[in-house]
Amino acid sequence: MSKQPRDNDFTIKIANVNGTGSASANTLLMKAFFRMGIPVAGKNYFPSNIQGLPTWYEIRASRDGYICRSGRVDVLVAMNAETYRKDLHDVAPGGYLIYDSTWPRAKQLARDDITILGVPLARLCNERFTRARERVLMKNIAYVGVLAALLDLDLAVVRALLQDSFAAKPQLLESNQAAFDLGYHYARENFSCPLPFRATAMNATGGHIMIDGNSTAALGALFAGATVVGWYPITPSTSVIDTFKRHAERLRKDPDTGRTNVAIIQAEDELAAIGMVLGASWNGARAFTSTSGPGISLMSEFLGYGYFTEIPAVLVNVQRCGPSTGMPTRTQQADIMACAYASHGDTRHVLLFPANPEEAFYLTAQAFDLAERLQTPVIVLTDLDIGMNDWMCRDLQWDPAYQPDRGKVMSREQLEKIEKFHRYLDVDQDGIPWRSLPGVHAKGAYFTRGSGHNMYGAYTEDAKEYQAVVDRLRRKWETARQYVPTPVVEQSDRHRVGIISVGSCDGAVREARARLAEAGVGANYLRVKAFPFSRQVQDFLDAHDRIYVVEQNRDAQLRSLLLLETRVDPEKLVAVLHYDGLPIVAASIVDGINQDMARGQAA
Amino acid sequence: MSFLAKPKVAHPGLPRNELGLTVRDYEGGMSTLCAGCGHDSITAALIQAAFELSIPPHRMAKVSGIGCSSKTPAYFASASHGFNSVHGRMPSVATGANAANGELVYIGLSGDGDTLSIGLGQFCHAIRRNLNMLYLLENNGVYGLTKGQFSASADIGSKARKGDVNQQPPIDPCLLALSIGCTFVARSFSGDKAHLVPLLKAGIRHRGFALVDVISPCVTFNDHEGSTKSYQFTRQHAQAVTYADYVPPATEIRSDQAAGTVQAVTLHDGSRVLLHKVGADYDATDRTGAFDYVSRHQARGEIVTGLLFIDEAKPDMHQVQSLPDQPLNSVPYDKLNPGQKALDAIQARFR
Ligand SMILES: Cc1ncc(C[n+]2csc(CCOP(=O)(O)OP(=O)(O)O)c2C)c(N)n1
Ligand code: SF4
Ligand SMILES: [Mg+2]
Repeated sequence: MSKQPRDNDFTIKIANVNGTGSASANTLLMKAFFRMGIPVAGKNYFPSNIQGLPTWYEIRASRDGYICRSGRVDVLVAMNAETYRKDLHDVAPGGYLIYDSTWPRAKQLARDDITILGVPLARLCNERFTRARERVLMKNIAYVGVLAALLDLDLAVVRALLQDSFAAKPQLLESNQAAFDLGYHYARENFSCPLPFRATAMNATGGHIMIDGNSTAALGALFAGATVVGWYPITPSTSVIDTFKRHAERLRKDPDTGRTNVAIIQAEDELAAIGMVLGASWNGARAFTSTSGPGISLMSEFLGYGYFTEIPAVLVNVQRCGPSTGMPTRTQQADIMACAYASHGDTRHVLLFPANPEEAFYLTAQAFDLAERLQTPVIVLTDLDIGMNDWMCRDLQWDPAYQPDRGKVMSREQLEKIEKFHRYLDVDQDGIPWRSLPGVHAKGAYFTRGSGHNMYGAYTEDAKEYQAVVDRLRRKWETARQYVPTPVVEQSDRHRVGIISVGSCDGAVREARARLAEAGVGANYLRVKAFPFSRQVQDFLDAHDRIYVVEQNRDAQLRSLLLLETRVDPEKLVAVLHYDGLPIVAASIVDGINQDMARGQAA
Repeated sequence: MSFLAKPKVAHPGLPRNELGLTVRDYEGGMSTLCAGCGHDSITAALIQAAFELSIPPHRMAKVSGIGCSSKTPAYFASASHGFNSVHGRMPSVATGANAANGELVYIGLSGDGDTLSIGLGQFCHAIRRNLNMLYLLENNGVYGLTKGQFSASADIGSKARKGDVNQQPPIDPCLLALSIGCTFVARSFSGDKAHLVPLLKAGIRHRGFALVDVISPCVTFNDHEGSTKSYQFTRQHAQAVTYADYVPPATEIRSDQAAGTVQAVTLHDGSRVLLHKVGADYDATDRTGAFDYVSRHQARGEIVTGLLFIDEAKPDMHQVQSLPDQPLNSVPYDKLNPGQKALDAIQARFR
């Protein structure tokens, strides 16, 4: 983003009160940009509350395709008197603030370096609409009309979007269009439209969708063939299951019997949710759960059980702001450590790190293959930003040739033939033993226990027997290193400086690299997609003199993990952190790197 | 030595069940519990029940939590898969396993600590789901494995081995289960195999959650004078309200069995439970009546045993969830994959 707003390069922020039904108006606005072919991102900053608290929605149009949070506001729609003072402050110099002028505005709430536009939204809607709820709702559509006039949105696109939304409800279509027109005409008649920066049609969104990562994670699980879900509601993960359920009920219905090929069980807590997943996976179904930080804490005992007894499980952890209850509706990447080593004892877990909803789809699906191949829990770490915000992603494709990798499961025929089955014997020397499913064959029977067991599956307290099993688990971990997705690496031999990052930092890192490059600072880039770290991560660490580790938590958890799990000189790894609960912005990365470089020069 | 395999030599004269198996085919590893522990008698009763029901051993799945009682899945049916889970969380594992494949016979083993303290929540919710399983609570009033602390089933006034007297009111698993919709509630005593075996058979065949609370004395920590879970105390205070008799499907009922004090309940597979009633007015299909009877007699210091309540009509978890007949773990992927066309249709709404 340039310093000044330009055509197709600006950010709109709408301040509202939650429970006033602004979501559909905001989506309408965001999609109008998208359908005009302009890269766009929508970010929702909402309270952990049902009604009456402040909420903001931010829309960034970016002709350069930067869809992370911009960190600035060019047009602010102030619909919440409570936050007016703060909102006013947030507008960048030269920007615009739109407020509801139905009521008089205190004189001191002004700024001379921005333009303030009053629109009597409440009065316009009260005159036009009769029902109380309608009056509240339609104010939102009316400000979309105002913005459409100011930013020169394509009216045919807006009309088509309204038609799509209200195809089944013609009266609603009519009232929404009327509300839109109220705002639109008022702005045209009273302000000089369009603003110096506006929307102009582009061709950059074809082959893309605007989707949230909870929806795509759900779809990943659905397409991977998950049949059992144990879950307990928690923000911001709940919509993973809601979406899974909605699609599964339709797409998994057997036309002959009317029954559904899926069991979605709302558990009494997260301990039970993961217990259900382990029970189902032990029994040969693809099973998963979705949760957030507090749920991971509760699941820890069972996660260690799954690791030690080698039962597949898939977890989607939509990270939120910790510690403790923290800020449930704000984002962070602060569960990296808790997930990597969840549970007591020498326990470690395979982690996958999608950067956006598109990757959340593919990596959630892949998590099932990995979990079954490696016979261990796999945690997909997304976050609230990925999970609940709308991201522009390439269309999702499902390989028609895909077949699940069920891993090493003894068939009835194989069991029939072998002399004796041993659950934890490393027959293939890759650290992964064979398993058998209950009910298949008497020869496959074994006893799954979280207590000490030997390579045959029998109880043991024998020092050597125990150690042989945990050492083999460590060999399996090395095998896992070869199976997990490799990092994304963008590098040129010219640069000695590198950036390592993870997950939803990706967009901001890309924008930061472009800005640094403009200033003559070149930095290579590696984004980890999985734990254990692949060989490429070590290579990247070896190849650079100084490496900035960019992540969204206070304690530099990814950096810590790199220090623990690779051979790297700690002096080389510089933490660049963002952890206030809002999605990371490029500026915080650029500033962090510049500061470090300045320090280096001063020394 | 870590693993004691019991030699499996079947005496040629041993009776065989419908599958041609002898009782030895239902045995497991050698027990490592204390000699005389009530839990071992329950294991023996389970072996007998599974044998008599002719369940193919590999079609049973044994699940448990943590405790001496939860170790018992290792001591029977070595041809069945077993899942010795974590403390108090067996019901969730059983729920997931059952959702994946409802065709297996699920046998859950737990203790009073495992069920009534750390696992109370999961126990209640499995009951509420009417999960189709036999849930055996091996109830000794103490935490055996951690050396004798009082459990939540210890009665007020019951004395610990070292002299402490329990002051907190007990949680009665049967009354609790009755109050939250359990569809099969029974109580028995590990020292009375003849009473226990038919209850286990009926519980296994019941469609839904079958709780069998078995007083199972801990000889090491809770079998002394002053304990209300000792062999002696239980023998003196147990009062059977019903004796169950399990009758397989298509078996004639003898006329002497059908006498006036007998209540017959038909299970969903056509088998029947005949309840020989001690009190002629006891109705094992009346939930509030059962609750009332048990609490009244309990107040008098009696331990009411027998099949206390049964409701065979209530839908189990599979029915409530409307799950397909084919177990979910064996539905072929082609049936699960919605395909690109469906994905395209979904994505059309995100443009
Ligand atoms: C999370 C956890 N906390 C504590 C323990 C220790 N522990 C093992 S068995 C047990 C009590 C078992 O009592 P009960 O279920 O009555 O079984 P019993 O040994 O009496 O048959 C406890 C507290 C544990 N294994 N796990
Ligand atoms: S301690 Fe008690 S419950 Fe445990 S095995 Fe010994 S007698 Fe049984
Ligand atoms: Mg006990």
